[in-house]
Amino acid sequence: MPALQTINVSKSYGNFKALDKVSIEVGKQSIFGLLGPNGAGKTTLLRIINMISVMDEGKVLLNGKPVKQSDIRNIGYLPEERGLYKKMKVGEQAIYLARLKGLGKQEAIKGLKEWFEKFDITSWWNKKVEELSKGMQQKIQFIATVLHQPDLLIFDEPFSGFDPINVNLLKDEILKLREKGATIIFSTHNMASVEELCDHIALIDNSKTILSGEINEVKQRFKDNVFEVSYRSLSPLSLPAGHFEQVETQQQNGVFVSKIRLLNGNKPNDLLQQL
Amino acid sequence: MNKITLILQREYLTRVKKKSFIIMTILGPILMAALIILPAFLADWSEATEKRIAVLDETGWFYDKFKDQDNIKFYHVYEGLEAEKAETLYKRGDMLLYIPLPELNLPVNAQLFSTKQPGLSVTAYVKSVMKQEVENRKLMASGIDPELIKAAKAKINLSTIKVDESGIETKSNTEVEVGLSILAGIMIYFFIFMFGVQVLKGVMEEKSSRIVEVIISSVKPFQLMMGKIIGIALVGLTQFLLWIVLTGVFVLIFQLGFAGDIDLFGQQSQMLQQAGNDGNAEQFILVMQLLNDTDFTTMILSFLFYFLGGYLLYAALFAAIGGAVDQDADTQQFMLPVSIPLIFSVALSGVIINQPDSSLAVWLSMIPFTSPIVMMMRIPFGVPLWQLWTSMALLILGFVGTTWLAGKIYRTGILMYGKKVDYAELWKWIRG
Repeated sequence: MPALQTINVSKSYGNFKALDKVSIEVGKQSIFGLLGPNGAGKTTLLRIINMISVMDEGKVLLNGKPVKQSDIRNIGYLPEERGLYKKMKVGEQAIYLARLKGLGKQEAIKGLKEWFEKFDITSWWNKKVEELSKGMQQKIQFIATVLHQPDLLIFDEPFSGFDPINVNLLKDEILKLREKGATIIFSTHNMASVEELCDHIALIDNSKTILSGEINEVKQRFKDNVFEVSYRSLSPLSLPAGHFEQVETQQQNGVFVSKIRLLNGNKPNDLLQQL
Repeated sequence: MNKITLILQREYLTRVKKKSFIIMTILGPILMAALIILPAFLADWSEATEKRIAVLDETGWFYDKFKDQDNIKFYHVYEGLEAEKAETLYKRGDMLLYIPLPELNLPVNAQLFSTKQPGLSVTAYVKSVMKQEVENRKLMASGIDPELIKAAKAKINLSTIKVDESGIETKSNTEVEVGLSILAGIMIYFFIFMFGVQVLKGVMEEKSSRIVEVIISSVKPFQLMMGKIIGIALVGLTQFLLWIVLTGVFVLIFQLGFAGDIDLFGQQSQMLQQAGNDGNAEQFILVMQLLNDTDFTTMILSFLFYFLGGYLLYAALFAAIGGAVDQDADTQQFMLPVSIPLIFSVALSGVIINQPDSSLAVWLSMIPFTSPIVMMMRIPFGVPLWQLWTSMALLILGFVGTTWLAGKIYRTGILMYGKKVDYAELWKWIRG
């Protein structure tokens, strides 16, 4: 049974159809990438899963049962539009957010102390949020999202605004959370940022699911058999027609870069033999 | 429900801890206490010790006319002005009242020399004695017996008695009621605006700092809105109660600490009597009596009800506006129609106070948008109970209604960025 399933979810704002029969399936303890350009409907779908927005039609199933308000406790959502109360102190604010999720005060403080130590940011506890940089605030938001140990974690563009070192730090933490049993959904318009993490992906464009599946299988299905070959030579390659097609060739300082498509069932090895 | 408590706790505590709240809370009562204390204090400033006044009277009219008062003693001196100045002021440390011979048909000019401020009661007493004596002399000069004038003075006390259907009579006095009525109306107006705008600002802050989506992934938008509204209402109540208590405390501290055993109100009325201005003093005492007669319990309880009811009604609308707009500048177009009923009520206060039972006043005190201010203006004049209950019930219905409406606008609005919102759009959100 999948951890999360949306079945034909549709949502309109006036005449604008934000989601049109979108179905996705997220396996337990998997990392799921929800991809698509800006405005495709990703955030709308995530809001419906979180019960922030109400769908017009369709079903959202959490562990096989329709999602209800009390399930919110088991979801951690890091929205794309996120912020903090600027005038509040960091620790106070993190406790507040944790308690809104249903944690007790002592429980929240204990968990937060652990996370703050892990990220080496205990000195921020009594600072006001406005004294922190944007990246620092993002860390607090990340902690607030995962602190209550939800079964389902949803990250909307989680790595925007982070430097590469911190991105890796967060990726490690997310993988650890998955090992502990969490199911994770990434939503992003930047495939490269989550590619190495995801097991499954779904692509949404123009309010519809365009494709979905296991990541290697999807790659396989959509690869176009084009290879890039760099070589040093006086003249461009000549390849037997009907077997290979030179899509594009560029030359610079005696180095040629060619994009070559394999035709008629030729394998990459066949191309290597020609070189 | 538990989550609303968390939210309102945060809203309440962050506001109550703010410097501006603390300053307002302390400054308000200080100002009010000062208004009560200052006149008495000023009058008393130099009167704690006995004063002695030497009278140098060149006219001879005022011999024995100045009677010794509680803390003012008079005695006459007869040397020249300069000599007496030196003697009285510097040697004895007393005051010197110099009354020169008046020129023909000119007002009597007297001078009071002293090394310190003489104090209001001294000047008032001296003036009143002199005035009476000069008046008497003028009357006698034109052959009229001052006693005759005294006897001919007519004095009218008109008390208005209100009789209700069951024949119970209550003494009423319009001046005092007008004062209370205006005060109550303006206070409600002020409170609704002050704290309503705090709701608006709070919602806008959450929206513009982008925290709102983080919060509503844990709680329902309606819970967030209500938590904020109720939290700020409690801030308002706290401020109101602290004002009342602190004003009392400040007055008390002053009485005990600085002024010894002076009775403030007694001091004031004594002062006015000494001013020799019979009418004023009597009026003053009358006002104090009437204030004592006024049913303050009803006033304060209904004030609290109409403040809360009116605030809840308008705060919901302000929350909806805050949720719908992105920038301060955009609030104007929505603020205006919301504020109009409030401004309208205050603008009509003259008409309402003139005829608190006119059908206009009665209707306005029923409509929830105007009733908080208008009903508070009517209450000091007495309002039939059925009208009061109806108005209160309608106000409750009113704020339940606006809260429901605001919840719908708020819910959609807070997640909407970069969109210019107009009334057609709002209507869509309400229906949707």
